[in-house]
Amino acid sequence: MALPVCARYLRLEAPRQSYCRDTGARLRGVLYAAGRLSPGKCEQRSFVDGLTLQLGRGEICGFLGANGSGKTTTIRMLCGLLVPDGGSGTCLGHDIIREASLIRCEAGYMTQKFSFYEDLTVFENLDLVASVYDVPNRREAVAGIMDRMRLADRRAQLAGQLSGGWKQRLALAACVLHQPKLLLLDEPTAGVDAKARREFWDLIHDMAGEGLTVLVSTHYMDEAERCQRIVYLADGRIVVQGAAAEVSAHSGLFIFEATGGDLDAEARRLRRTPGVEAAAVFGRALRIAGTDRAVLENAIRSSDGAVPSWREAEPRLEDVFIHMLSVQGEGS
Amino acid sequence: MKALSFRRFTALLRKEWLQMWRDPITLRFIIALPMMQLFLFAYAINTDPKHLPAGLLSVEHSKYERTLAAALRNTGYYDISMLASEAEAERGLAQGELLFVINIPTNFDHSVDRGEAPSILVDADATDPTAIGNATAALAALSSALDRDLPPVRQPQAPAPPFQFVLHARYNPEQLTVLNIVPGLICVVLLISTLLVTALSITRERERGTMENLLAMPMRPIEVMLAKIVPYVFVGYIQVALILAASALFFQLPVRGSVALLLVALGLFIASNLALGITFSTVAANQMQAIQFAQFTLLPSLLLSGFMFPFKGMPVWAQWAGEIIPATHAMRIARGLLLKGNRLPEILPELWPIALFALAAIMIAVWFYRETLD
Repeated sequence: MALPVCARYLRLEAPRQSYCRDTGARLRGVLYAAGRLSPGKCEQRSFVDGLTLQLGRGEICGFLGANGSGKTTTIRMLCGLLVPDGGSGTCLGHDIIREASLIRCEAGYMTQKFSFYEDLTVFENLDLVASVYDVPNRREAVAGIMDRMRLADRRAQLAGQLSGGWKQRLALAACVLHQPKLLLLDEPTAGVDAKARREFWDLIHDMAGEGLTVLVSTHYMDEAERCQRIVYLADGRIVVQGAAAEVSAHSGLFIFEATGGDLDAEARRLRRTPGVEAAAVFGRALRIAGTDRAVLENAIRSSDGAVPSWREAEPRLEDVFIHMLSVQGEGS
Repeated sequence: MKALSFRRFTALLRKEWLQMWRDPITLRFIIALPMMQLFLFAYAINTDPKHLPAGLLSVEHSKYERTLAAALRNTGYYDISMLASEAEAERGLAQGELLFVINIPTNFDHSVDRGEAPSILVDADATDPTAIGNATAALAALSSALDRDLPPVRQPQAPAPPFQFVLHARYNPEQLTVLNIVPGLICVVLLISTLLVTALSITRERERGTMENLLAMPMRPIEVMLAKIVPYVFVGYIQVALILAASALFFQLPVRGSVALLLVALGLFIASNLALGITFSTVAANQMQAIQFAQFTLLPSLLLSGFMFPFKGMPVWAQWAGEIIPATHAMRIARGLLLKGNRLPEILPELWPIALFALAAIMIAVWFYRETLD
């Protein structure tokens, strides 16, 4: 099924340095402009514009951004599942258009939605993947990955009968079975309970420790904090990237926190105050954020002491992203 | 990456095979469907219906009339009942309780004896022409029904006809409908089950979201398609075997030609259906569309192939359309092999169009198969 698409424009960045196989993944200059043609007009849907990512071997890179910011599109293009309408791109040194099959052999891609066969057992699914990739010593490799993911007890269970967390594990096992250099995970833990998420991330860190490079898109801040680097995407462009602490520190955001008093009423009032970007109650604390310190202090003073104790706090990653999301919302 | 890897193909084949067996209801359906159709068609469908309800309307009952009624009954086509009035006759025809009303004119015996050659009006319900066709044709032979009852002066002094036709109904001397239906039915059953199964196969991957994964793995379209086709060739052969066995057992279907040749030809036919199904599956966006595509093919295959209606009775353009359809050729092959005892030279002209069709379909499928999600 080919939907009509129309290209808009493209901009490619020159590679900053020559590709070195040891640095893991390197994506550069990818563009995607997809417009679905409704009668008579061309509506721009999603595109990725001049995106360069250089990941070190064993690095875990968090891929963040609002819904529709181009995360899934980028990941799909990287493994050759979507063809850009214009422009070009490389992944692991292979051209994403002409050499997609090479990329598929060297990268593992875990889809957002569980996409293995629910009417096959855990073992059968893994065995299929191993055969297709021609994994050497297939039986041992499949047994090994099942042990590692603790799927061995469930080898004869139909994939469709697994719970969300186990499905995720099966998918992860299948994606790393052929020992890829790069692992692309598209919101791998959506809808999975906290413990399963924690274990999933432990596995990813284990594998990264062995040299696997991981690009993982997520909406969870605790997951973003577990990445060595985070990349924030908006409209297909990288808005900010760096370590979680760096991103928080360079956000230019000021945070004040208060406890006690009628926090909900105060939050409602502050939300209407210009210059206060966010005011949210977390349990017993009210947290407000803004880019202008003086404005925030003024807003606090005008509260007539309804809430007694205010103190300044460090911006958290979540504050930064909500700030970026709202800035982006005003821009468009 | 090699163009076609046997290893990847067998891996996919194993997957399709397992998935097929994991769905026992579909599998049972695949087996039950041909049997059901065979018995329904063979026992229920009859293009030469007999014992049709007919009403006899006459003012005074006479000797000739009784002879005529007996002659009508003896044709086997008419079940005669006596009607009391014209109103009853009208109502019977209108309500479909009577297919014929035979109006004997007044003074029938007298008119016949005087050589006036009276007319007997037969009202027939022609809403379904095939239902009454053979029954009305049988009327022509009844003009001599009264010969023996006539007074000596009126006995016909017919001269010997200058020539006569002798009809030799070959291949199916008793003209049993079932012998015509069964070979066609083999093809129709194969068509329905194999086409639909594959038409849904790739769209199902797409709807279940497994397509994204299939595409993310290094595979060639032809490997995916062949792996989806091969298990159902096997299923198709099981169906053929079941229908042939049941037909030979219950309907005395003669097998005059080579069974091996029939299996080869039907294998080609199965392949053409599967290729077409795969094509639908790649072109259709979802399962609903795939089913509609399949329906779009089934109807002409039933109507234009010569299965339901005589092929030679269709207008030329329809015959041309029918020639494209693999089912047309498959039916000719099946009838030729089973009933006529044809051999390879006779069926060759029917084999290559099926092969050509299969090849074209698989090429279109590969052309439309996207290795990407857009």
